[in-house]
Amino acid sequence: MSFLSLRRSETVIALVLIAAMVLIGLINPAFWSLSNLFSLARSNVIVGLMALGVLVVMISGGIDVSFPAFAVAAMYLTIQAMLAWDWHGVIGPFALASAIGLALGLVNAFFVSGLRMIPLIVTLGTAAAVRGALLGLVGTSQINIDRMPKELIAFGNTTLIDLAGPGGTHFGLSAMIVAYLLAAVLVHLFLTRTLLGRGVFALGSAAEAARRVGFNPTTIVFAVYGLAGALAGFAGLLHGSMIWLANPRDFVGVELDVIAAVVLGGASIFGGRGSVLGTMLGVFMLVMVSNSLILMHIATTWQRIVVGGIIITATTVTALRDRRQIAQ
Amino acid sequence: MTAPLIELRDVSKSFGGVRALAGVSFAIGRGEIHCLAGENGSGKSTLIKIIAGVHRPDAGTLRIDGRAVATLDPITAIGHGVQVIYQDFSLFPALTVAENLALPSEVRARRRLVSWSGVRKLARAALARLGVAIDLAATVETLTTAERQLVAIARALMSAPRLLIMDEPTTALTGREVARLFAIVRDIQAQGIAVLFVSHKLREMLEISERITVLRNGAVAAAGAADGFDEVALTRAMTGQDFAAQSYRWMPHAGRAARLELRGLALPGVLAPIDTTVEAGEIVGITGLLGSGRTDLALTLFGMRPHYHGEIRIDGTPVALRSVAAAINAGLAYVPEDRLTEGLFLTQSIHRNLLATSYDAMTRHFFIDFARARAAADAMMAEMQITTRNGDLPVAALSGGNQQRVLIGRWLMGKARILILNGPTVGVDVGSKAGIHERIRELAREGDLAVLLISDDLPEIVQTCNRVLVMHRGRLVEECDAAALTDTALAEKLKALA
Amino acid sequence: MLKPIRRALAIDANLLQLVLLVLLIFALMTALVPDKFLRPYNLISITYIAPELGLLAIAMMVAMLTGGIDLSVIGIANLGGILAGLFFHAYGGTRGSGLAAMGALPVGAGIAIAVATGLVAGAANGLLISRLRITPILATLGSGQVFTGIALVLTGGPAIVGFPDGWTMIGNGAIAGVAVPLLVLLALAGAVALLLGRTAFGISLVLIGTNPKAAVFAGLRTRRALLLTYVLTGGLASVAGILLSGRTNAAKSDYGISYLLQAVLIAVLGGTDPAGGRGSVAGVIVALLALMLLASGMQLMRFSNFLVDAVWGVFLLASIALNAWRTRPR
Repeated sequence: MSFLSLRRSETVIALVLIAAMVLIGLINPAFWSLSNLFSLARSNVIVGLMALGVLVVMISGGIDVSFPAFAVAAMYLTIQAMLAWDWHGVIGPFALASAIGLALGLVNAFFVSGLRMIPLIVTLGTAAAVRGALLGLVGTSQINIDRMPKELIAFGNTTLIDLAGPGGTHFGLSAMIVAYLLAAVLVHLFLTRTLLGRGVFALGSAAEAARRVGFNPTTIVFAVYGLAGALAGFAGLLHGSMIWLANPRDFVGVELDVIAAVVLGGASIFGGRGSVLGTMLGVFMLVMVSNSLILMHIATTWQRIVVGGIIITATTVTALRDRRQIAQ
Repeated sequence: MTAPLIELRDVSKSFGGVRALAGVSFAIGRGEIHCLAGENGSGKSTLIKIIAGVHRPDAGTLRIDGRAVATLDPITAIGHGVQVIYQDFSLFPALTVAENLALPSEVRARRRLVSWSGVRKLARAALARLGVAIDLAATVETLTTAERQLVAIARALMSAPRLLIMDEPTTALTGREVARLFAIVRDIQAQGIAVLFVSHKLREMLEISERITVLRNGAVAAAGAADGFDEVALTRAMTGQDFAAQSYRWMPHAGRAARLELRGLALPGVLAPIDTTVEAGEIVGITGLLGSGRTDLALTLFGMRPHYHGEIRIDGTPVALRSVAAAINAGLAYVPEDRLTEGLFLTQSIHRNLLATSYDAMTRHFFIDFARARAAADAMMAEMQITTRNGDLPVAALSGGNQQRVLIGRWLMGKARILILNGPTVGVDVGSKAGIHERIRELAREGDLAVLLISDDLPEIVQTCNRVLVMHRGRLVEECDAAALTDTALAEKLKALA
Repeated sequence: MLKPIRRALAIDANLLQLVLLVLLIFALMTALVPDKFLRPYNLISITYIAPELGLLAIAMMVAMLTGGIDLSVIGIANLGGILAGLFFHAYGGTRGSGLAAMGALPVGAGIAIAVATGLVAGAANGLLISRLRITPILATLGSGQVFTGIALVLTGGPAIVGFPDGWTMIGNGAIAGVAVPLLVLLALAGAVALLLGRTAFGISLVLIGTNPKAAVFAGLRTRRALLLTYVLTGGLASVAGILLSGRTNAAKSDYGISYLLQAVLIAVLGGTDPAGGRGSVAGVIVALLALMLLASGMQLMRFSNFLVDAVWGVFLLASIALNAWRTRPR
């Protein structure tokens, strides 16, 4: 099987992606401007980090709609803690945010693994519980730039390349994409090079067989939802740092974008299939299309229709692919 | 004389007050092929699971290499060299052959990281040991059942077992594949590995095993060298009763149009044009190797292959069977191969399972006439001699044989004129099997049905049918009178095709 | 003699538990906020608020019965209300007597527009699921986005405010002292209960949910049944949209988002198996009652709406745990 084989879903997405880029570039050449490409790269980071978590969950045969709630809870709680304790630093807060996400993810795992309940229902429940508790018990007011911890803003503002634009403005390539790429490489290595990662595929592919072979499904489920939670928590705080704002009502509906991206990237909702590369391409595709609506002179109110259309198209294609493979 | 590899003495095991094994003594010698026979519920699987360390016996001793083993769990059982290949093979469909082969040993070695070159090396060696060539990079879901089984065997052999337990290994295989499997089993034996074969196919047991142990009701009913058994003795040991083998006689009615007439029925790329007729009252057996097209023929008649060519006539009238609804309307009924996944609504009641196709017919002014439906379902339960009277029980509570009766009964509730049965007694006990065959014959004889019986079980075909069609690669290659046929002769015909 | 009674009791063990839960919540709330909870106003207001949610929960239960789910019900409800609202504004102007005092005929046309929207949207879901065989989760997740997106494009974001009096009657009126929304709910719940329990179509949905493959081999028209299932859920959602916009006199693309979770919760709590094959209208209605009493009591105790949402989530998880405990292998 060649790397560039059309049977690989990554190749297909990459080709569609290139075609879409050419098309958008033809409609508006500003698409190819460095500032647009840099901002596109930046927009990949948060959705991408969350998508990596959802990818792992989907490969294991589950689904997660609770991660936006976890992300916002991790972000808001961490920043509130920093303000309350006059806590400074970057690494510590990110560790705390990831830990909050991890802990909440383990709650999902408990319900999915211990009580054998459908993940969609479980994560709907935890999402509502976490969001409601955050707004009802912690607070509803957003933390604006004037109160945001300076270290986080400085961190989120780091750039790799800094260029001067026309009229003296500055634009740069956000260094946060390094965090995204690093996470992607780590998740890729986890999925392909560790036995636990192969266990995720094994569990999603045939749960009973995984048990007989000696994998511990409980460990795998806890690892999977824990990882998704931790990535969401990390992404949540990073999001706050990048937009200099902590809004406890943030991330509403973002689960749709992320799931759309993962499905677009060729992962199967039935488990056992999916790759980090495919997911990253899916994320890029989704972010690019929704960010380019203005470039294509389409009102932003169309964004939801586009995202919904992408979910439907991508699932249709994967449904047809899965059916063909089963038929063989 | 050396001690047997594994020896059980007076082993008993109960589950919640139900006695699964009662004082069973059983031994497997080193490197022998041993067959464990018995009907469903006879205690076969409990016995296997005790040897595999899944269940712990309530009483009795277990010795390995002559030494008593106090407690056995799955990991220590594997450590003692016991490997089980379950019916579903326990493979991962979406992963490659190489990974399916290598993963268990990697897990057992408590590795944390995967070395892909190591995986491929392990996998290549495993297949080489079995002497088969399967693409290591292919995903298991693209393999045939026989290939999947080979992967499962190769995987089991990787842990250097001393005893390989195979649970019903021939269920999904065709005659030729069974022959290949047996050659491999003998080869495994030649490497000094004992094989415990769990089966209820009499002919296969006699062909492959050196020793046979028959369980009945949780106790050993018979045990000894395979030479000392024949089919009659085995049946008697398994069921405690005798069954006479006689083929079905059918008296043609003069001057009636054929119940089913196929004129050049074909499916592009799958079925070559088929011409044949089946009369009412006939039971026509259809057999053939894997890929013979026999199931495709059945599915075409049942309206699930709408793009067929040619003409189908029922009672002389041409019919278009382009959908399942059209086929049912034309009087076709199909009992699928896989009872559990394709046939039954397991959690639903026996009544609902029986009535599934009849609710439309039981509808008066938009609503179902439940009084009528209940009466009809109760009557059908009696007619099919289903052992319970309570139609509200979930169908999952019934035995395999009774479940099959429910599936056949479902179609008799409608206006079926042609009944197609695909493997009607797969996984059914020898005892209930004879009962089902008797019902099929009565239905054909008295119910004015034409029956098409698809099966791998050649004795079943020869004894139950009056005529046999042999298919091969989508063609109807031979048509013979069952009265003039023995199952050995039929087996020879199939071997010649392979 | 005793057999039918025992059978009835066995079937309704789940329902019985729910009724006990309702009584428990009722007693608890009466004890905690005795002066306010038992006030007629409080109980009557439930009969206006609960029905729209009840219809969504019944829709969710029907989809789950077949082994699916409908995550687009909110989008459908809002889109139906918005299209009807746009029609009214085009026909009678955006305010004034032309709008308010609109005749029965145009109001009827508005109802027809909303319901037709639901049926068409449901048919689109049904085609995606039955023809293209997309998993219901993803199909309705995507289509829900599209429906909400269409509503957003049509309104540009802000709510459509101002509906005819005839329309708001449906959401706020009473006939013989009984809330119209409650009457609508009871009528539709009764119809769906009859459809599921007494017709060949209803039983075929249960059978398809139990084992879709066996349903095909039993000759059930599974594709048609799935299509009709989502047409039905879409239709129920659109009626919920009529009640919602009628009660609030407004329609917006993102109204009632938290209803989605609540509808799933009520369906699951009402004994529906999300994997398919089990569920009843009666269970949904009792679960609805339980949760409405709970929410109303909490609001009287000055819990914020967010906390009520959190409690719904916890309740969903608790009902899962309870189901798991009840069906544990013995």
